[in-house]
Amino acid sequence: MKRRDFSKNLSWAGIAGLIGVPAVFSRKMADGYVPLALQDPDPFSLFDKDPEMTVLNDRPWNMEAKAHLLNDSITPNKYMFVRNNGKVPQNVHIENWTLTIDGESAKTKKTYTLQQLKSRFKQYTYQLTLECGGNGRSEFDPPAKGNQWTVGAVSCAKWTGVRLRDVLNDVGIEDSAVYIGYHSADTHLSGDPNKEPISRGVPIKKALQNETLLAFQMNGNDIPLVHGYPLRLVCGGWPASTSGKWVNRLSIRDKVHDGPKMGGSSYRVPCETIAPGTKVDDQNMCIIESMPVKSLITFPKTGAIVPLGKKLSINGHAWAGELEVTKMEYSIDFGSTWTPCKLNPPVNRLAWQQFEAEVAFPKKGYYEVWGRATDSKGKSQPMVLPGWNPKGYLNNACHRIAIKVV
Amino acid sequence: MSEDFQKPIRRLVRILATFFTLSILLAGGLIYFQNNPEKLSFQKEPAEELIDISEGYYDKIENGIHVETGFVADEGMEQVIQNCTNCHSARLVTQNRMSQEGWEATIRWMQETQNLWDLGPNEEIITTYLAKNYGPIAKGRRQNLENIEWYTLK
Repeated sequence: MKRRDFSKNLSWAGIAGLIGVPAVFSRKMADGYVPLALQDPDPFSLFDKDPEMTVLNDRPWNMEAKAHLLNDSITPNKYMFVRNNGKVPQNVHIENWTLTIDGESAKTKKTYTLQQLKSRFKQYTYQLTLECGGNGRSEFDPPAKGNQWTVGAVSCAKWTGVRLRDVLNDVGIEDSAVYIGYHSADTHLSGDPNKEPISRGVPIKKALQNETLLAFQMNGNDIPLVHGYPLRLVCGGWPASTSGKWVNRLSIRDKVHDGPKMGGSSYRVPCETIAPGTKVDDQNMCIIESMPVKSLITFPKTGAIVPLGKKLSINGHAWAGELEVTKMEYSIDFGSTWTPCKLNPPVNRLAWQQFEAEVAFPKKGYYEVWGRATDSKGKSQPMVLPGWNPKGYLNNACHRIAIKVV
Repeated sequence: MSEDFQKPIRRLVRILATFFTLSILLAGGLIYFQNNPEKLSFQKEPAEELIDISEGYYDKIENGIHVETGFVADEGMEQVIQNCTNCHSARLVTQNRMSQEGWEATIRWMQETQNLWDLGPNEEIITTYLAKNYGPIAKGRRQNLENIEWYTLK
């Protein structure tokens, strides 16, 4: 891997050379390697990501997986997408890390050290699906602004932490509580210390769910720095931007939280459906809550050539935000006919579900295998792009892979 | 009696000598690799693959693309680099497609919320460049699957 060459001189610099520090490590670089940005460290070694991951943006860092990389039922760090709005915080000292709970609807203001959070409250582990609200944005027409995610901005790792509900109850929640908003240690791209890159949240009802965690572990280890070390709010099934990373303050609000990226067209879609390309006034935009039903065929990798007469095993994951997936089907004739897949229940609420099927092809030729999931309320994935919105959120159109039968 | 006593002693001396020799070798090896970390790499990395980027790299253009940023080389590119790559990288620009009006609206949003400065007379040069080189492409409601890498599934 050429990009590995570029990183060769960085290994000793390690975390010290993290994001935003434009240190000149080397004046030489591998020929043929297109630099992500001069003097920026190699993200694959820095974040321990697989070299097959796609870098969409290097300042701020944004990276996604490909469908076939997401084949594990529990997403390992190396295949987990990275979405940043600002700069990853540097110099995280866990011994000094605190979480303050405040806000109009907090009965009192309390500050906890990490150790206090870990020892005072019962710990829980859940596998939680986190999908970027803009996953699939690249397909919208007219094009939608932002990082052009294809299919790989979704993950389902195992998160361990304490229930947000237990901590909020320890502080005391006033009846006036409407929303919670998180504040984090990341810094704004402009370098302005008074600006927060992102500060979002969820309605109090979501905050009080069993599975809403203040997590300090991912897949049994400390959360990797780029995914929120040492403390992350995890709200499974909702746009991953509600799962604030590097959280150091949470406000119990008596109104809808109004931090950066809560208003305008950020993580909001038109309240009423619109024709593609239509301008929408701010007051007619509504905040995205649960993510829609969706699925991904993670095996085989698209482009497989298979012999006629041999059945093709396919498998993947299906998820439905707050809901469960109740039916998974595939089609090899562009939706003319659908065949059910074997579908497993989730390991816990808000975890994605595994499906599999044996596909037989009638004759030689080019095929596309399309997958379609249906949620517990009877809603299925559309075969074409769903409703257009200015920022290209919520594309849950059917995933498909190309197959040649020879 | 003395035979019985000497035997274990001799064995102990032999073990100690072996251990000492191995320790020296290990320490020597560690010091060597500490000073020559590249020797730890099993990959062969021929020196001729490296190019010097200290001179002329920053304005190098290949096949109509500015190598350092990935921008299309065209009138207005310099203004775009100077004004649009201070906070975020060029890749946030080059992966997007917008009309001139769309690029203008994006600039307004950055000025209102992200500390972007007044672009003055450069604004029109910038939006013209962006709309020409990064204008929308019609994709319809669903595109063909493209760039498929075919492989034989085993």
